[in-house]
Amino acid sequence: MTPNATGADAVIDAVTAVLLIVGALMSLGAAIGLLRFPDLMSRMHAATKPQVLGLFLVLAAIGLQMREWWVWPILVVAWIFQLLTVPVSAHMVGRAGYRTKHLHPELLSTDELEAVVLRAAVKRDAEKAEGSDSAIPRTANGGNAGANRGSVGGPDGSRGPSA
Amino acid sequence: MSRKRTSFRTELPLLVWLVLVWGALWRDFSPGNLAFGALIAVVVARIFYLPPVELSGRFNVWRAIPFAAVFLGKVVAASFQVMYLAVFRGPSVSNAVVAVPLRSHSDLMVTATGHVISLIPGSLVVEVDRSTSTLYIHGLNVRNDVDTAKLRKEVQDAEASLIRIMGTNAELEALQAEGRTATRGVGP
Repeated sequence: MTPNATGADAVIDAVTAVLLIVGALMSLGAAIGLLRFPDLMSRMHAATKPQVLGLFLVLAAIGLQMREWWVWPILVVAWIFQLLTVPVSAHMVGRAGYRTKHLHPELLSTDELEAVVLRAAVKRDAEKAEGSDSAIPRTANGGNAGANRGSVGGPDGSRGPSA
Repeated sequence: MSRKRTSFRTELPLLVWLVLVWGALWRDFSPGNLAFGALIAVVVARIFYLPPVELSGRFNVWRAIPFAAVFLGKVVAASFQVMYLAVFRGPSVSNAVVAVPLRSHSDLMVTATGHVISLIPGSLVVEVDRSTSTLYIHGLNVRNDVDTAKLRKEVQDAEASLIRIMGTNAELEALQAEGRTATRGVGP
């Protein structure tokens, strides 16, 4: 920033200041979200969204202050890589979190994945039982699957549709 | 090795992107540097072989630009929404995991939709079922069935925009046919 800026310089400095402050606020918002949200997946929301915008605003501020054309391509590339990697990492963490049950089911108003997971687990157990001992009568299979369904809540870590 | 050789045309977008990144990293877009970058791009694409990304072959720029603007607006809205929820709702926020079946079965389209949806308000992809092309989405601040329906519609709208930008012709026709029946159904 130039101390005694006039005209266009003053405008650019002012815009830069706003961008930097809002960008910093976004990162602050992400930090508050990480602290205050109750479970892993809501925290992933906080970790992904405000941070992407915050980075964008800070990069835009850098671009405005550098006044060199060659800095823009690298800033754009930096942001595009951010856009490409953030959803993937959020997805991987969210998926691992769901599979290892790092979530509070009481905070979910609906969970449409759970039914699918249970169905897949029951089917897999039935297949396993059939494969290991075909002499077991059908009813025993059903009872077996039912018992396993009860234990899906346990920390066996084996639930989840086969990806 | 029994891998199918990728045609140059399929690889071209990847090579162009690699050359642009090379130029940006060196902050030098002079022809000599770009030519050297192109050489490295070809070598990298040959040695570090990945399954090719199947592009549809069409890309509608006139739909892509407004989409990019709307997308940026939604990223801003999402950020403020998450910030608001973090500060004022915090621990009492109510979420949902919603299954959203997509129209398209192409990997590119499912991936693109998943990316877009992860960045716009209150949604995160938890699980992908590739066989049925269903996304399981974790929605932030989804309290009831109305919110669930809204989230589902939002995801499908995002997919529709992406199909209009870069879907295959078949997908586009299916989408338009669907739109016609929908408007006929709602119409007077």
